[in-house]
Amino acid sequence: MTRLSVRKTYKLYIGGAFPRSESGRSYVVASSKGEFVANAARASRKDARDAVSAARKAFAGWSGATPYNRGQILYRVAEMLEGRRAQFAEEIGGGKKAAAEQVDAAVDRLVWYAGWSDKIASVHGSANPVAGPYFNLSTPEPSGVVAVVAPSDPFLGLISVIAPVIVTGNTCVVVCSSPMAAITFGEVLATSDLPGGVVNLLTGFQKELVPGLAAHMDVNGLDLTGVDDPELALKAEQDAAENLKRVIRPVAEDWTAEPGLERMTRFLETKTVWHPVGI
Amino acid sequence: MFEYAPAPESRDVVDIKSSYGLFIDGEFVEGSGKPFKTIDPATEEKLAEIASATSDDVDRAVQSARKAFGVWSQLPGSERAKYLFRIARLIQERARELAVLESIDNGKPIRESRDVDLPLVAAHFFYYAGWADKLKYAGYGDARPLGVAGQVIPWNFPLLMLAWKIAPALACGNTVVLKPAETTPLTALAFAEICQQADLPPGVVNIVTGAGQTGAAVVAHPDVNKVAFTGSTEVGRIIARTVAGTDKKLTLELGGKAANIVFDDAAIDQAVEGIVNGIFFNQGHVCCAGSRLLVQESVYDVVLESLKRRVSTLRVGDPLDKNTDIGAINSAEQLAKIRELSDAGEAEGAARWSPACELPAKGFWFAPTLFTEVAQSHRIAREEIFGPVLSVLTFRTPAEAVEKANNTPYGLSAGVWTEKGSRILWMADRLRAGVVWANTFNKFDPTSPFGGYKESGYGREGGLRGLEAYLDV
Repeated sequence: MTRLSVRKTYKLYIGGAFPRSESGRSYVVASSKGEFVANAARASRKDARDAVSAARKAFAGWSGATPYNRGQILYRVAEMLEGRRAQFAEEIGGGKKAAAEQVDAAVDRLVWYAGWSDKIASVHGSANPVAGPYFNLSTPEPSGVVAVVAPSDPFLGLISVIAPVIVTGNTCVVVCSSPMAAITFGEVLATSDLPGGVVNLLTGFQKELVPGLAAHMDVNGLDLTGVDDPELALKAEQDAAENLKRVIRPVAEDWTAEPGLERMTRFLETKTVWHPVGI
Repeated sequence: MFEYAPAPESRDVVDIKSSYGLFIDGEFVEGSGKPFKTIDPATEEKLAEIASATSDDVDRAVQSARKAFGVWSQLPGSERAKYLFRIARLIQERARELAVLESIDNGKPIRESRDVDLPLVAAHFFYYAGWADKLKYAGYGDARPLGVAGQVIPWNFPLLMLAWKIAPALACGNTVVLKPAETTPLTALAFAEICQQADLPPGVVNIVTGAGQTGAAVVAHPDVNKVAFTGSTEVGRIIARTVAGTDKKLTLELGGKAANIVFDDAAIDQAVEGIVNGIFFNQGHVCCAGSRLLVQESVYDVVLESLKRRVSTLRVGDPLDKNTDIGAINSAEQLAKIRELSDAGEAEGAARWSPACELPAKGFWFAPTLFTEVAQSHRIAREEIFGPVLSVLTFRTPAEAVEKANNTPYGLSAGVWTEKGSRILWMADRLRAGVVWANTFNKFDPTSPFGGYKESGYGREGGLRGLEAYLDV
């Protein structure tokens, strides 16, 4: 007799816990052949607000952690993902070889970003030789809570939008369009010493979740990379203007290419400190 | 004063073999020279026989590194990074074992090897691992590695100095031949084993043990492209002469005679802790030790009284006891040097003081010592003692403090103690030293460049600047 498998319930990942949507709603995830695979939680606007609260609560601790500590934790995320390569390759589907390559690239991407935690200030900060007896130093600091709309595909894209936001000390709320790999990635995060609330994962529909996040006054940054509908993106960017969120517009990225610094620097503030020099 | 029960750290975590070979091309091999012994400086007991590398052995190591350079320098930076991350993790995993081994071979208190050396060693590999695939962001253009790096390190922080040398070299794509100090080879050889456990390609790291001649052979080898040395200024000069006229790139991290300057508005208790940490950390075997205390005259009495009270509470003894503050002097030779200079201090007219302090009968020990009434002309104010001996001088004005602090051929570090921020920065502007600590001392971090001005050497280790030493820029 073949063993009947125990299926996993795909829920949200908010504040380090895995709740169902407060709305009680779900939607069907189907295979490429149209077969039922799972029910994913369909996050509501209230779930998104809860996620922002969780992200805000986590910000002080995460941004206050040493860069070395954040780097260690991102590297730990890479270690945990490495150990689940087969599972992810299966969940992201498509060709077996391509899926496996994508997961490998995702692990390497996390390692790449892990190393930036204690280096970004060296390449994106400066000692400023002002014309006067003052010590003057500029250092980057995280913007705060960032709402991220992840690309629906590929998995590498999901990793490539989350890692640059958090490595510098921001916390985030992520609208994920491919729910299964995203929530399983939540399990990776939950077992990587990443404090709860630093990354919050919402599965559901962009048109329900993006407007509320774009208008949310306690969100400091908005990454619209994965928004499919140009009108939704435009409205979101306009709403983001209300509290002057830092915005990344929707963009078709080659996720296999080396990312550069822009995804980190967009959600960094520059702080300049002056201090007199004298006896 | 509290009485302390003994709190010895267990030696069971280390397994010292009776003899060790050289690490060349990924394997341990016999050395051609006459083996020497490494001892526990706290007991004078022999720990192991160590192979001695002749110039032929060094040549084999350089050839192995040259061969490996082709492969290693061509690897994508992200793959080199992953090897270095592996090494960092293996060090973290074996941290306690390595800390105990370091304390046994070096004599430093377990509290320091456990809480300072080992965490910094792992952090250094983590930090430079992250640079391996980010070199194009470092501001040196499309810089290439140099080739084979010959590296010679001292005995005061054996594994940490290894990390400072090997991590950036490998991250930039170089391969290395490293010679650890004669008296402290054991953690370097444990590191060789870690390279094996990490599956590091053979020849990327070679470790050749031996005395001064082995180091001289590494430095003089014609197929070495880069020489990095940490040690005395005297040997640094010899090395600079040796590489003169060659294409070898050279960085030197040498001696120091740092001033630790205490102003009258300083938080005295914190300053006293900083003075103690500055000179007695690691038995004073620290090139950047705050070995000259400059106290503003108006607070001289209160600082000295407080300092003497604090020094009286330092516990000298078994390096493996978790309550020990000051461990063993690393070697008989170093102990003789400390004694000679201290005797000279007395002979030249300075006033010597040590707390009542019982020293173990066997091993190499030196009680914490203060000299007052020190003149700038005294040898103990000019020469690096490299031991737990502090020379106390005074000053009246900030300008006089700067004048005295800079009155030395060295320029590695300095300390400033004052509650006034603008004065810290004013002093920092004027101190001719590579590192200035304000209201703290002896702080190290892989992201922070370290190195000296003047006869304390050139080049920086740590941080973005530390990459420059290993890139063709």
